[in-house]
Amino acid sequence: MPVMTYRDALTQALREELQRDDRVFLMGEEVAQYNGAYKVSKGLLDEFGPMRIVDTPITELGFAGVGVGAAMVGLRPIVEFMTWNFALLALDEVVNAAAKMLYMSGGQFKMPMVFRGPNGAALQLAAQHSQAWESWLAHIPGLKVLTPGTPADAKGLLKSAIRDDNPVVFLEGEMLYNTKGEVPEGEHVVPIGVAELKREGDHCSLITHGKMVLVAMKVADDLAKEGINIDVVDLRTVRPMDVEAISRSVQKTNRAVVLEEGWEICGMGSQVVDFIQRECFDDLDAPVLRVHQEEVPMPYAKNLERAAKPDAAKAVKAIKKVMYLD
Amino acid sequence: MATKVVMEALSPTMEEGRLVKWNKSEGDQIKTGDVLAEVETDKAVMELVARGDGVLRKRLANEGDASPVGTLLAVIAAPDENIDSIVGSAGAGATAGSAQAAQAGGAPTQSGAPNQAVAETKEAPAKSPVPQAPKQSQGEASTPPQQKSGGPSGAAPSPPPRPAPRPPAGPSAAKGNGASHPAAGTDGRRRSSPLARRLASDRGIQLGSIQGTGPGGRIVKRDIENAKAAGTAAGRSAAAERLATEGDFKDVALTQIRKTIAKRLTESNGPIPTFFLTAEFDATRAAEMRKQLAEMGDEYKASFNDIVIKAVALALAEHPEVNAHWLGDKIRQFNRIHVAMAVAIEDGLITPVLFDADRMTLWDISAKARDLAGRARERKLMPEEYTGSTFSVSNLGMFGIDQFTAIINPPEAGILAIGGVEEKPIVVDGQLEIRQRMRVTMSCDHRVIDGATGAKFLQTVRRYIENPLSLLI
Repeated sequence: MPVMTYRDALTQALREELQRDDRVFLMGEEVAQYNGAYKVSKGLLDEFGPMRIVDTPITELGFAGVGVGAAMVGLRPIVEFMTWNFALLALDEVVNAAAKMLYMSGGQFKMPMVFRGPNGAALQLAAQHSQAWESWLAHIPGLKVLTPGTPADAKGLLKSAIRDDNPVVFLEGEMLYNTKGEVPEGEHVVPIGVAELKREGDHCSLITHGKMVLVAMKVADDLAKEGINIDVVDLRTVRPMDVEAISRSVQKTNRAVVLEEGWEICGMGSQVVDFIQRECFDDLDAPVLRVHQEEVPMPYAKNLERAAKPDAAKAVKAIKKVMYLD
Repeated sequence: MATKVVMEALSPTMEEGRLVKWNKSEGDQIKTGDVLAEVETDKAVMELVARGDGVLRKRLANEGDASPVGTLLAVIAAPDENIDSIVGSAGAGATAGSAQAAQAGGAPTQSGAPNQAVAETKEAPAKSPVPQAPKQSQGEASTPPQQKSGGPSGAAPSPPPRPAPRPPAGPSAAKGNGASHPAAGTDGRRRSSPLARRLASDRGIQLGSIQGTGPGGRIVKRDIENAKAAGTAAGRSAAAERLATEGDFKDVALTQIRKTIAKRLTESNGPIPTFFLTAEFDATRAAEMRKQLAEMGDEYKASFNDIVIKAVALALAEHPEVNAHWLGDKIRQFNRIHVAMAVAIEDGLITPVLFDADRMTLWDISAKARDLAGRARERKLMPEEYTGSTFSVSNLGMFGIDQFTAIINPPEAGILAIGGVEEKPIVVDGQLEIRQRMRVTMSCDHRVIDGATGAKFLQTVRRYIENPLSLLI
């Protein structure tokens, strides 16, 4: 199986879907002539031309609205935000237009579109540009929210997102684009709403998604050296969430730690814990713990940023705690 | 003076580091500040610098080794200095290392930069768990800046030394810290995880009989599994069934005063607030009866132990408040009387149970006790034969012990310790007489039994022992 970067896996998915369906088009800031801020759309302008790879002005609310209109008349737009931190300006179109159109039109308008771009913190981008938005977006009925953490999932989920008739929020990561992994060629489609057990163990379930999947794998490696084997449950989709996969794992291990990039209060992990207490109450041997960003705006200073972010060491500590080993 | 080289905390979150490469060999001359090795942290590859001058005498870690912060990695010393004791302590090096790290951080060194953090030299993109930002996007506003070799991070103090890391514990290895936790929460409620409750219920194990090893004495999965591992599960199941039969017991709700007594006394005296009541019984008539029975033939023989068990069983029938279990949220008083007797075996003791002892004749008790004790010593008891008791008796009289205190077998509320029968001068009706005397001490769980309750129970036991014919009716 070819090994490629997360970035190239996305490009491949875009190319294949653009080839497959001529209603699909990509628009956003710098996606065409500059080949994308993060080069995800590299070469696509040359192949598909300016009608399908469209540079927009720096007007997030405007081009998101154009995307909604295009979807209403039957096209399948992919709207790229340079980062989800910039997409705050477009949330009215995402939340009030895209997410509600099918419902408020009594089923007359489908909304087959994708909003995609990097989410969460990279390195020293400071408080305004280092935020993980998935819990905001996953809160909204009418949206599907995908958070691929590996190149294979990036390709497979983007294809599913483009083919879905509903608005899909697709969260990538600056720190993910260069990561490498095996990616199946051609028709590789990962179903929306299905988690994957990325690592199998008996002692604890580490439930995570997106960028934190890589951290979780390191946690699993570190703990394996001490004879602790954990399940790493990669949610892949945070809305709708694969409650069955979570339950299966927790019912096996009797303990869970939820690892996420965002803040604690009303974070994605809050919802995971809620599902666990409902579905696995009698299976729990310890309270579920969460590992997340510290409750501060992301600091710019490198050492403080490091301290504020969730990391492997914090997750290891939490896992040992729920195993009553500390 | 020798300088210990330890794995230093090179990042705020670093718990352990991997030694990537030694830059110095054993025998090399070392100056403070020299780069000894490269260490991979959770974020980057960093330099480990010398904190003292001398010769690199010994390297204790190999390239590729991962060590917790504080681990002794090498020793720098004068060429002729004896470093055996330092090297020898490598196993326990964590504590020494931490102390050294603290010393290194606090004491001025020749470089004149005592607290300077170690400079971060390079990122390690390939190995770092967090990948680098894309290089293609240089110049883009939102591109994260590539991190260059940072200078020393100003006057940031060295991270404080960590306490000695514990040796890694296997996940299944229950830690022996049960004793440090009270068996019940401070409100007297016995805490347990939902899973532990379910497992205990599935296996017929009474939570009240288990010591929790989780935080605050919480009973967790491993405690249930350990209870099972102790080979008692099957027996507990049968015994629990026996004890759980509807109508065979009465649950007494805890009154406020009972809750307060339980809480206060537990705080004062450990998980089971025990007090002791000692009494001396006159066993002269019991001894005479024994003698007469023995003369009637072997099948009528009975020991003092048998007599005491029978007396205790009959007394328990009159004092259900003593024939009880402490269940954390209530007291369970049993209508049936199952008396356990402690039997010494080669490497410990075991407590076979005489079920419904109050309904057994003295000779039944005698025969059954002999059978149980014999098989106990041969380790042939079935689990259901040594679990499920409601009260216990322990007898060390045959070892020449006058009096002792016995430890309560939870969740039971009491145990009676029987001393030996001996002749003593006693004043009876103003006259000095030589009588057979027996001292007993009852250990009581004060959460269940108050002083007066226990004393009344002992009065009844005394009545039976001192009027032994009543035991034969």
